[in-house]
Amino acid sequence: MFEFCSDPSTLSTFDWFSCYLTNGKHIQFYKSFGLIILLLVLTAPLALMLGLAAAVAIKSNFFLLRLISKTYANIVRGIPDIIFFLFIPITIDQLIEFTRHKIKCPEIIDSVWQGNDFIVCSVAKLPLSSSPQWIHDMYGFSLAILSFTIVYGAFAANTFHGAINSVPRSQIDTGKAFGMNKKQIYFSIIFPQMWRYALPGLSNLWMLLIKSTPLLFLLGIQDIVFWAREIGGSKTSIFQYPHPDWRVWYFLSLLVFYLLLTKISEIALNRVSKKLYLPI
Amino acid sequence: MKKILLSAILLGFIYSPVNADTVRMGTEGAYPPYNFINDNGEIDGFERDLGDELCDRAGLDCEWVQNDWDSIIPNLVSGNYDTIIAGMSITDERDEVIDFTQDYLPPDPSAYITTGDGNKAAYIGVVAAQTSTIQASHVAESGAILVEFATPDETISALRNGEVEAVMADKAFLAPIVAESNGDFKFIGKDVFIGGGVGMGIRESDSDLKDTFNAAIDSMKDDGSLNDLIKKWFGEDASIY
Amino acid sequence: MICESTIELYSLRSLGIGEKLLPKSDITLCDQFVLIGSGIIWNMYFCIIALSLGFIFAISTAIIRNNKYPFISKAIEIYVFVFRGSPLFIQFFCAYELFVLFPKIGIDINLIFTTVTFQTGWLTKAWLGALFVLFLNTTAYSSEIFYGALKSIPKQDIDAANAFGLSNLRKYKKIIIPTMLRNSWASYTNEAIFLFHATTLVFFSSFPAWSQSGDALYYASYFADKTFNPFIPYPIIAAYFIFITLLIILIFKIINVYFNKHLPRERKSSIRFLSNYMR
Repeated sequence: MFEFCSDPSTLSTFDWFSCYLTNGKHIQFYKSFGLIILLLVLTAPLALMLGLAAAVAIKSNFFLLRLISKTYANIVRGIPDIIFFLFIPITIDQLIEFTRHKIKCPEIIDSVWQGNDFIVCSVAKLPLSSSPQWIHDMYGFSLAILSFTIVYGAFAANTFHGAINSVPRSQIDTGKAFGMNKKQIYFSIIFPQMWRYALPGLSNLWMLLIKSTPLLFLLGIQDIVFWAREIGGSKTSIFQYPHPDWRVWYFLSLLVFYLLLTKISEIALNRVSKKLYLPI
Repeated sequence: MKKILLSAILLGFIYSPVNADTVRMGTEGAYPPYNFINDNGEIDGFERDLGDELCDRAGLDCEWVQNDWDSIIPNLVSGNYDTIIAGMSITDERDEVIDFTQDYLPPDPSAYITTGDGNKAAYIGVVAAQTSTIQASHVAESGAILVEFATPDETISALRNGEVEAVMADKAFLAPIVAESNGDFKFIGKDVFIGGGVGMGIRESDSDLKDTFNAAIDSMKDDGSLNDLIKKWFGEDASIY
Repeated sequence: MICESTIELYSLRSLGIGEKLLPKSDITLCDQFVLIGSGIIWNMYFCIIALSLGFIFAISTAIIRNNKYPFISKAIEIYVFVFRGSPLFIQFFCAYELFVLFPKIGIDINLIFTTVTFQTGWLTKAWLGALFVLFLNTTAYSSEIFYGALKSIPKQDIDAANAFGLSNLRKYKKIIIPTMLRNSWASYTNEAIFLFHATTLVFFSSFPAWSQSGDALYYASYFADKTFNPFIPYPIIAAYFIFITLLIILIFKIINVYFNKHLPRERKSSIRFLSNYMR
């Protein structure tokens, strides 16, 4: 970064730190904070949509749809999210590759499971092994978003389900009396009013989502926890910047980052609910 | 279900030019001098140099992938990368699951270190080792109390903080740590030989790739360049071919 | 009986009792069921102790906070904010890194009759250190729940108690605390479930496993690594968790009936897991 950084061992403490904190590794560490924000920004709307769809499905007339959506909405209460995160990405990954294998290489009749290996033909691989690393990273990150969406979609489904039920029954009956069909009732009566009841739950959910983002680490993504552990660990002189175990400082900085993020969210969400004259 | 299929279709459109010769090399990046992430955030170390040279000789286009140790074999098997080149000793147990190339490091001793003032046979007591390593199995079977950590660096911290009485790991990993500890750490007991040399892990179904790398390792062994590389990273006294 | 020998060897393995070495090859369904079940003991231990201690401390801190004592109320507010505002995962990492910095000497605690030596080194072990973090965490969440319930107790209830001339202590015992618990029981039930689920993080954050004794997820991931097949151990652990979650709900429902028994039928609140009651 700075020119005087070429030989760190000769530097004074202040210069040493200004070089150390701007080396390539630290830049990647700083960038990974953006990854957390990106995950939040992408997951929130997807989970809301999935949750809303599931909440409507719970009220559907089709038994099977009702059963599936109810099971889905309730499953998050019984199973820790960490287990989902260890399980869902690999399941989706194999499901996608299996599907692509069946479509792209129908001539191969061998099973894709051979002993311990999961083998699909090379054009069915996702991403293709020839793809550059950023595509692999993006694919891994998409799987992470999908996993978070599935888990938090189920939470959101519960919130929306409660909110839909809170819309006064008499209004829906009035709608029916006016001869509105189901779609019209949903779009002109339920959805506009539901938010009022759903917002406290959704605010809570947003906080919950923020606090579960360090679990990205368990999905094998180089997130802030990964870099904090990697950079903070003690370094011998094989590295340019040898230092003892500093992990405690790195983890404390993550703690501060999350406290800021939740505090800012709390203030923003309070403003929104005040604007809408909502009871908290 | 619909959503999953939909994203499958969407992702299916992400294409890049097909180049069949790209090989993805999986490594841990936390085990200097074998492999580590250097200050620029790149994979570095003996295995980086070796892997690049092998790929060069085999005419392959290689891409480096970092993966945590505890999931390094499962991710090879499920196809996230094509080789493991992470200081992995060849053992029967691992060989049942994946294949190995011939060894590119001669059987390497494992050793115990303890704090400077300890002179009892500390490895009988509480020993730290990295999860799913040959050293961890060795300690578990030896009668000592095994304390498992996810990364090798954490085992050293645990010893420094007095959490454990000894650490067991590859001697080549421990040597620079002992040398730079100002007498805080020292080797204790005899070196232990477990496992049969270090090789590259490859899926059992990928025998072509295995042959390719075996040939490349052969050529590096024949012209002595492998020995030069070993000396460069592990010192003049390291055992060579 | 099926699995008899496995149960004998491994059912208490997570406590260090039984066969020393974990199964390495030829892993059967039996092995997976029994060992993961054995790990559940740890999850239950963390959950039960942290929850019971947390319950008492949460009530006390909520009452102190509600009474607006100058410094201590503010201190409790900050403590609650720190633990509710950051991920438990990060709290575990920070706590472990801080605990290892403590000197490894024992602190003698004089209990008049006997002296207990508190080993600070115990804090770096999961059974105490992780328990301590879980305790602080659940106390913060529960304290916030109870504090919210305290604030919403109708002023008239307390006025009525004053009119009857109840002493402060009796007022809390007979009116305020029971009302607070009744009003917040649904959210507290959810907190208990969340805490139980959070116990799976212990061995995935910083706390090392000693002698391969860990919680249910430690064994589940052990099997996933050994068999390269996540499709068996993870559903098994999921089944265990669903079962115990249902058990927690049942127990809390029974307590809820007890809280409500004096009320006329139409005012009895049943625990419905209202969607906005989350951590």
